[in-house]
Amino acid sequence: MSSIRTNRLIDSIFKYVGIACTLIGIIVLAIFLGDILLEGIERIDWDFLTNLPSRRAEKAGILTAWTGTAWILALTAIIAIPLGICAGIYLQEYGTKNRLAYLIELNIANLAGVPSIIYGLLGLQIFVRTFQFGGSLLAGAFTLALLILPIIIVATREALKAVPNSLREASYGMGATKWQTIWYQILPAASGGVLTGIILALSRAVGETAPLIVIGALAYVPFVADNPMDEFTVLPIQIFNWVSRPQEAFLVNAAAAIIILLAITFVMNGIAVYLRNRWQKKISW
Amino acid sequence: MKPIEAKNVNVFYGDNHVLKDISLTIKENSVTAFIGPSGCGKSTFLRTLNRMNDYIESFRKKGKVFIDGEEIYGKKVRVEELRRKVGMVFQKPNPFPKSIFENVAYGLKIHGMTDKKEVNERVEKSLKQAALWSEVKDILVKPALSLSGGQQQRLCIARTLAVKPTVILMDEPASALDPLSTAKIEELIHELKEKYTIVIVTHNMQQAARVSDRTAFFYLGELIEYDKTSVIFTNPSNKQTENYITGRFG
Repeated sequence: MSSIRTNRLIDSIFKYVGIACTLIGIIVLAIFLGDILLEGIERIDWDFLTNLPSRRAEKAGILTAWTGTAWILALTAIIAIPLGICAGIYLQEYGTKNRLAYLIELNIANLAGVPSIIYGLLGLQIFVRTFQFGGSLLAGAFTLALLILPIIIVATREALKAVPNSLREASYGMGATKWQTIWYQILPAASGGVLTGIILALSRAVGETAPLIVIGALAYVPFVADNPMDEFTVLPIQIFNWVSRPQEAFLVNAAAAIIILLAITFVMNGIAVYLRNRWQKKISW
Repeated sequence: MKPIEAKNVNVFYGDNHVLKDISLTIKENSVTAFIGPSGCGKSTFLRTLNRMNDYIESFRKKGKVFIDGEEIYGKKVRVEELRRKVGMVFQKPNPFPKSIFENVAYGLKIHGMTDKKEVNERVEKSLKQAALWSEVKDILVKPALSLSGGQQQRLCIARTLAVKPTVILMDEPASALDPLSTAKIEELIHELKEKYTIVIVTHNMQQAARVSDRTAFFYLGELIEYDKTSVIFTNPSNKQTENYITGRFG
């Protein structure tokens, strides 16, 4: 009988250890968020969003930074989404399952884990120098597109894999070609999963700093970009620049910009979660 | 007329010899049942008839299959056209996760019918043929997955009928359904055989006896006996057939 008592004791000990571990994560995050909010929330107003950068902290705004982020996000999406989805479709639906396919699969999974600064170096050599894009939005977008491509490919494949085979059989059985089956049946059924993956990939791109610094994005850009060949800055670089300054006022600016950046990623992740839930509900085979 | 004729068909999955030298002829406008214990090759043979096995990478085939006199594994055959002609209904109802209407119209769309009026007419006619029209005529835009299992299966039959096949292959079409829905499907099969050649795989021997004109008994990849259903069930010439239909094994 005593062994049951010991087992139960171990059981409840582990429960509290588990709670403690979870709390540590949550508390640290809460303190961080609270700190940032306290420091920066008052700084956020219309002027902060619409002012150009300035040497004087109280006049400086994040207009160039957030428009740059929006530009980069849009361009990256345009480049990476079609490439990623097509590659995912090919690998999952067309590619034969041989040793080469396995090797490619392994490599894509590995690419998703390569440090982002390596992509920055790659982008510097290929896009900035070889293609002569310079430190432009286009170079940045291509670099980030490479960075998130593996994530989109893997997400697309997973979503396609989750579509039951009975759906493929039903379509082939009607005399549909492979492409008709993919276009009319499989992709719509997988769209929720694909979209979720895309949004998570893009929200990773929003936060990237290192590769953009490497390709030459500037911290001080005194104008709003109006074409893809313009030089640019993005929110993380602006934040990085402000926190490295000695004046207290710039730290407040940085906190405010962090809030904006966090808000963007939270919204994107929220959309992803919402889509995933809706998708899972819709697919009840 | 011999709509389906198999000559010395052998099928392999890798090294696994799953169909051994099958030769049989299936008559038009009749129901032919394939029976036999699990793993005997009856489903594999059914899927050989509309080349659904093509997607299995280890699949290899020897021998010939003719449908309406044409070798379906021949080089000139377009598999999409073959499958339009030789429709298939699966074990588990597998409607597309779209509306009832879209399910039936899908085959028309992929085969290039664009005239809306024509599509509407064909959808209605197919649903009527599948004895589903009266139940769904007011809810055509509703998702097909909201229908009951039996209705879903009749929808799958309607979907197949819409592209005007000559042969309909059914792979245990009622095994996932309740007795009432099963009865409806069987009644439907009985009506459809006036216009179509139907081949049905079933585990349910009473079902084979009820719906089919001819029955083929498969065992361990071989075609053991193939005859009129009445003969197979009352006076089989092979001992194994007799043992199987009397429930001594399988």
